[in-house]
Amino acid sequence: MSGDLVVIGNGMVGQRFVDALRARDPQGRWRVTVLGEERRAAYDRVRLSAFFDGVSESDLNLHTPHDGVRLRLGEPATAIDRDRRVVTTAVGEYHYDALVLATGSYAFVPPVPGAELPGVFVYRTLDDLTAIRAYADGRRAGAVIGGGLLGLEAANALRLLGLSTDVVEFAPRLMPVQVDQAGGAMLRRYVEELGVRTHLGVATTAIRPGPDGAVAALELSDGSAVDAELVVVAAGIRPRDELARTAGLPLGPRGGVLVDETCRSADERIWAVGECAAVDGTCHGLVAPGYATAEVVADRLVGGAATFPGADTATKLKLLGVDVASFGDAHGATPGCLDVTFTDPATRVYAKLVLSDDARTLLGGVLVGDASAYPTLRASVGGPLPAAPLALLAPDGGGADAGALPATAQVCSCNAVTRGDVDAAIAGGCADVAALKACTRAGTSCGSCVPMLKQLLDAAGVAQSSALCEHFDVSRRELFEIVQVRGIRTFSRLAAEHGRGRGCDICKPVVASILASLGTGHVLDGEQASLQDTNDHFLANLQRDGSYSVVPRIPGGEITPEKLIVIGEVARDFQLYTKITGGQRIDLFGARVEQLPQIWRRLVDAGFESGHAYGKALRTVKSCVGETWCRYGVQDSVGLAVALELRYRGLRAPHKIKSAVSGCARECAEARSKDFGIIATETGWNLYVGGNGGFRPRHADLFATDLSTETLITLIDRFLIYYIRTADRLQRTAGWIEAMDGGLDHLRAVIVDDSLGLCADLDAAMARHVSSYSDEWRDVLDDPDRLRRYTSFVNAPDVPDPSITFALERGQPVPVRGHTSPARPEDADDQRRQPVALGLPEVRR
Amino acid sequence: MNHSSTLDWTAVCPLDRLEPDRGVAALVDGVQVALFRTADGLFAIDNRDPVSGACVLSRGIVGSRVGVPTVASPLHKQVYDLRTGHCLDLPGVAVARHDARCRDGLVEVRLRREV
Repeated sequence: MSGDLVVIGNGMVGQRFVDALRARDPQGRWRVTVLGEERRAAYDRVRLSAFFDGVSESDLNLHTPHDGVRLRLGEPATAIDRDRRVVTTAVGEYHYDALVLATGSYAFVPPVPGAELPGVFVYRTLDDLTAIRAYADGRRAGAVIGGGLLGLEAANALRLLGLSTDVVEFAPRLMPVQVDQAGGAMLRRYVEELGVRTHLGVATTAIRPGPDGAVAALELSDGSAVDAELVVVAAGIRPRDELARTAGLPLGPRGGVLVDETCRSADERIWAVGECAAVDGTCHGLVAPGYATAEVVADRLVGGAATFPGADTATKLKLLGVDVASFGDAHGATPGCLDVTFTDPATRVYAKLVLSDDARTLLGGVLVGDASAYPTLRASVGGPLPAAPLALLAPDGGGADAGALPATAQVCSCNAVTRGDVDAAIAGGCADVAALKACTRAGTSCGSCVPMLKQLLDAAGVAQSSALCEHFDVSRRELFEIVQVRGIRTFSRLAAEHGRGRGCDICKPVVASILASLGTGHVLDGEQASLQDTNDHFLANLQRDGSYSVVPRIPGGEITPEKLIVIGEVARDFQLYTKITGGQRIDLFGARVEQLPQIWRRLVDAGFESGHAYGKALRTVKSCVGETWCRYGVQDSVGLAVALELRYRGLRAPHKIKSAVSGCARECAEARSKDFGIIATETGWNLYVGGNGGFRPRHADLFATDLSTETLITLIDRFLIYYIRTADRLQRTAGWIEAMDGGLDHLRAVIVDDSLGLCADLDAAMARHVSSYSDEWRDVLDDPDRLRRYTSFVNAPDVPDPSITFALERGQPVPVRGHTSPARPEDADDQRRQPVALGLPEVRR
Repeated sequence: MNHSSTLDWTAVCPLDRLEPDRGVAALVDGVQVALFRTADGLFAIDNRDPVSGACVLSRGIVGSRVGVPTVASPLHKQVYDLRTGHCLDLPGVAVARHDARCRDGLVEVRLRREV
């Protein structure tokens, strides 16, 4: 199957469908057009409320661009002509061979008098939230109609906006769909403690205006009234099926495009996914079943035979700081079923398990206050109990271990990964959580199953050895502690007392890095020199032909014309290939080892210093031009980037560290792809941590918002030192945070709240680094002993390495590849590269 | 025996010019030699990394693997037995080894060539 594919809707499920199709159709047999009503590309509606916690629009973005996919935003479809197979918009017509409806839902507003008044909102899109935030300014009383999941999120939002908050729910309890009466009572205690008043078992009979015509109060069915200058209606959702209805497609009994288990409508060319699809007559309002429909249709469009697996309506969320989870037959609707309940008023935990009549099979359950057992319990629904009921309900979920799950149990419901899939990946060689995530996608969406992935690795007997290499049985982190606590300053003593043998290319650079991080003098002093990898040994980057590249530091990417000219002159005089790097500096290639001191003499004299491009160290702090010039900038991003780069220059770490500073939310410096990124706000700086590009790209996570420059620097200081002390060898900050027990929350506890009492020590360590910094290259040039290393041949220092030869390409020298790589087949490029005599440089002083 | 020592000893440098557990490159009869000083003594092998073709082995990290003195290629970290020149990571790959000794404080190298 192939041709024109039109997707109407770019919400979470519409986007997931396009991602899934592109993954299955790499040749691009389907030419895809996506029509989106909103002017924003797909964003994470599940986390919508995080917008009020300082998470930005770009943090919520879910859109991934794909080749062969045309995205038309702000262009809603207005009609479907099934005879001509054309979708119409205000702009034009789009032909389709297949059409996928992903139109989602709209917020249902009950027909109450006054529902159209100014100040009454729904809670569905980012535009809704932006409007609520603007309207809340200067008002004090808010109310929410609806005490379900969305209603409680809206209540929390109003609370965060500083409004008093009343919640009106028609059912006799909060979250009536997910939670039973006792769970609802526990939830109500939590909610009211936060100052949210609840009105249960009553209906809103009218919304009343004040003298200014805007909303002022709610009238309730028990005769009472509630002050409300801002009202959010969260009374449920209805499928967007008007296009399908007008086009004559059959609908489900409660609306929605009627589709079969393959998600195909009565018209064989039209499919429906997500909340607008009535699969066998039922619409599903959660994202997991929506994703399942997206996968089904993507599979069908490439000739597969997938069918809708049935809806997993399990839910786990943190509402107003309370863990709430519900899964399976939460209300005990199965005939003859048994309940096991646990209520602890002291810790305010409520839990209920619903069991089959023989008490052997888990059917469902409700957890309020502590949902740590949720992943295992949810995965066990329909199967035998993984442990005794009371052990499972114990507050820390101690009895719930994923090792007891059957192979068919779904471990990750977001991505439909079963225990069998995880076990197969482990058998195929995945030895840690990161590998499992990359291989199966489990744990890559909400992340709640990550503890189970660890348990499954344990259950499979995968010993996650932390031994560094054959010479040391301990991890880098433990080695760091040993070196620090025992004050050991030489590799030989460390190996003699805590390891064995003579070391290797794994442990020696690790020890070198630890010693450097502890500030033990120049990296080429004494025995330390022998530990360094070749890059650190020569303070330059080894290239494929045995020559080196040179990268002077250009803090923040800011450079004067005079310094640019010096770099140009040095490159010209030494006939170096020059290239601009991604970190806003200039890389000079093709330097022979004996040329490095001559090149650096020139650079140091002109005021340059080492850029540490050769080290596992801070590389660059990239910046956009910021408010100084940019008409959008709100802070001085260049000034901050320069200050940060100068503060952290020379800091050795388990892996390279990159950073960037953007002067406004447009994020031109790409700070979120860095280990620590800073984005300016109107009032300060937002700090992001744990991003990287590379093999497994990852966006950094928002760590703290609206910081003063002083607080920002303190947090980065602690973040970096804590990383340097506790990360594994070659572990970047992303993997370090992912592997950390408790993740980002733990990191916040340690470096913001000082939960381990470490902060003073971390601050002191960074202060020592800053005060003891000196330029490594200047120190080498001043020392004849260190300079001695930079010779081509110990017995023929005047003879350059004859194996290094260059050809010209696009006017610059490049290595002659055939010459140095005899094993490689000559490629067409090399045919054009004829060696040229470039001669030895004439060094001008 | 398909190896034999065919050339004379060549004095290369004073012993104290070699850092312990580190290498230097030397040019002996037109051949690039990587020369190492370790606790197990002096070793000499070809400087040319047989995997990449670049002359860089003298810049590798010296160490041990199960008691065997080794050097790791600085380019892609394949490890070589300093005593025999055999690559311990890639079967069938090896570098030529040469003789090295210290006489009167001077390091001397004698090339070995296949005959």
